[in-house]
Amino acid sequence: MEEKKVVKKATREGYAEALKELAQSPDVIVMDADLGAATKSLTFKKFAPERFFDAGIAEANMMGVAAGLATCGKTVFVSSFAMFATGRAYEQIRNSIAYPNLNVKICASHAGISVGEDGASHQCIEDISLMRSIPNMVVINPADVVEAKAAVLEAAHHEGPVYVRLGRLAIPTVFNESYRFRIGKGQVLAEGDDVTIIATGLMVDEALQAKDILAKQGISARIVNMATIKPIDKSLVIESAKKTGCIVTAEEHSVIGGLGSAVAEVLSEEYPTPLVRVGVDDTFGESGPAWELLKKYGLSAENIAKNAAIAIAKK
Amino acid sequence: MEKTVLSELEKMACQVRLSVIEGTFNAGCGHPGGSLSAADVLAYLYFNEMRVFPSNEKSENRDRFVLSKGHAAPALYGVLALKGFISQEEIKTLRKVGSTLQGHPNIKTPGVDMSTGSLGQGISAACGMALAGKLDKRDYRVYTLLGDGEIEEGEVWEAAMFASSKKLDNLVVIVDNNNLQIDGTVEEVNSPYPIDEKFQAFGFEVINIDGHDFEQMEQAFAKARTVKGKPTAIIMKTIKGKGVSFMEDVCGWHGKAPDAEQYITAIGELRLRLAELEA
Repeated sequence: MEEKKVVKKATREGYAEALKELAQSPDVIVMDADLGAATKSLTFKKFAPERFFDAGIAEANMMGVAAGLATCGKTVFVSSFAMFATGRAYEQIRNSIAYPNLNVKICASHAGISVGEDGASHQCIEDISLMRSIPNMVVINPADVVEAKAAVLEAAHHEGPVYVRLGRLAIPTVFNESYRFRIGKGQVLAEGDDVTIIATGLMVDEALQAKDILAKQGISARIVNMATIKPIDKSLVIESAKKTGCIVTAEEHSVIGGLGSAVAEVLSEEYPTPLVRVGVDDTFGESGPAWELLKKYGLSAENIAKNAAIAIAKK
Repeated sequence: MEKTVLSELEKMACQVRLSVIEGTFNAGCGHPGGSLSAADVLAYLYFNEMRVFPSNEKSENRDRFVLSKGHAAPALYGVLALKGFISQEEIKTLRKVGSTLQGHPNIKTPGVDMSTGSLGQGISAACGMALAGKLDKRDYRVYTLLGDGEIEEGEVWEAAMFASSKKLDNLVVIVDNNNLQIDGTVEEVNSPYPIDEKFQAFGFEVINIDGHDFEQMEQAFAKARTVKGKPTAIIMKTIKGKGVSFMEDVCGWHGKAPDAEQYITAIGELRLRLAELEA
């Protein structure tokens, strides 16, 4: 049997593709904190060198400068690793960008433990949680290169701050080029009746694989891609809960404060339903090849499938 | 400086101080000390230096001001009221629920260019505004006022490095060196001295002045306009609580409102001073 050919690309590549297009817009500015080669923001410099500014290794100031530029009508994309953008510069994002509701788009790469060998100091698993709790902030975690590009372009048109979470690791491409991304809208990627797996980021492909594993066990799983964690697509969450009676969330993020929490908030208030959260279980990561780490920390199709069975048993 | 201009500025500064006392007294809290030390430079900036347009407050060509030491908001509101961005009556609503006048500056308030209050952040935003001016080839200038305690924040020096690296000669960083912060004198707490040499080392043109002397301000800001290829830092020696005798150079007046008796004394002193200036 011929093996299905899967194109693997990192979501940061989608950022690069979007920046190439955004270079045509005269009011778009891009900044980085000396990680432009890694975050791929340097792509913009190639096409609009006069509108690319390196802040050096000084993330806090970069966020403030971006805010100041935005008060003068610019749409500013700022990049660094997720750890430093949302961790080091958290308060600048909150007070200088989100509080005045400015047009700054924080596109941070190297999120999650799939950073790999650099280890726990660089594996940010708290960023969604940090960004989600800030008023005015939109939080997007694209599932593949196609969605990443679309999300970045959409972020450029959104009025106000946006956090786009990007990854380093090349991952399977889920969407084709005709895919249209909309902020706040999740999608049903596959229908099913027994359990809904709501996944985000690189866990979306794992969830699709989990569907096949579950099918062999006679379990029919509905697969939902939830790229926008805030504002979360409440109606899709509730509709899925009504349809399948239990839910599993899957994210490459701490189980505290991310997608799992966002879904739990909706369910507990609007339609109490058994829920199991798959994610990093309140622990730091470690060095190692990305795919090995993802397996070790339970961020795999197999672990999603296992937890789907647990969720079904709770019905 | 012409005598009429000088006298006008002195009156404006005195009225700003009255607003500081009026606002903090009615709020029952706030930061009078650092507002009073900054009252003179705010009066100078808004009445003798900056191009701002109360009737067209978002004009792209306006000069920008960022109050990086956001806790001096009562003084900023005082000057914005004198300029007509906000009404004099609003001063009494400072810090009250639903008021336009937040405890620290908010970009939604007419005449306020940036939300500030968390120390160290305003100077970065000012750098962004100056950079935008360069990009858009506009000739506006950007002014930001920092506290001397504030410059203990690391972000200030990240911003200083950036301003000089990007040659932001349309940026003027003003340091209100009143020598006091919440826990004591700035030397005792975590000395930022020598402030001038630090900014020099970061590539700034540095001017030291007396922050209560309008003629020195005039010379300093005029000189800043002639500086090319680098930003300017104006280090102003000031007195915290300036203009209200019992608040002058007293650490305790950083974040405390006057009580009814102190309010009457303070207002009395300032009104007397204003009457002298108007005589």
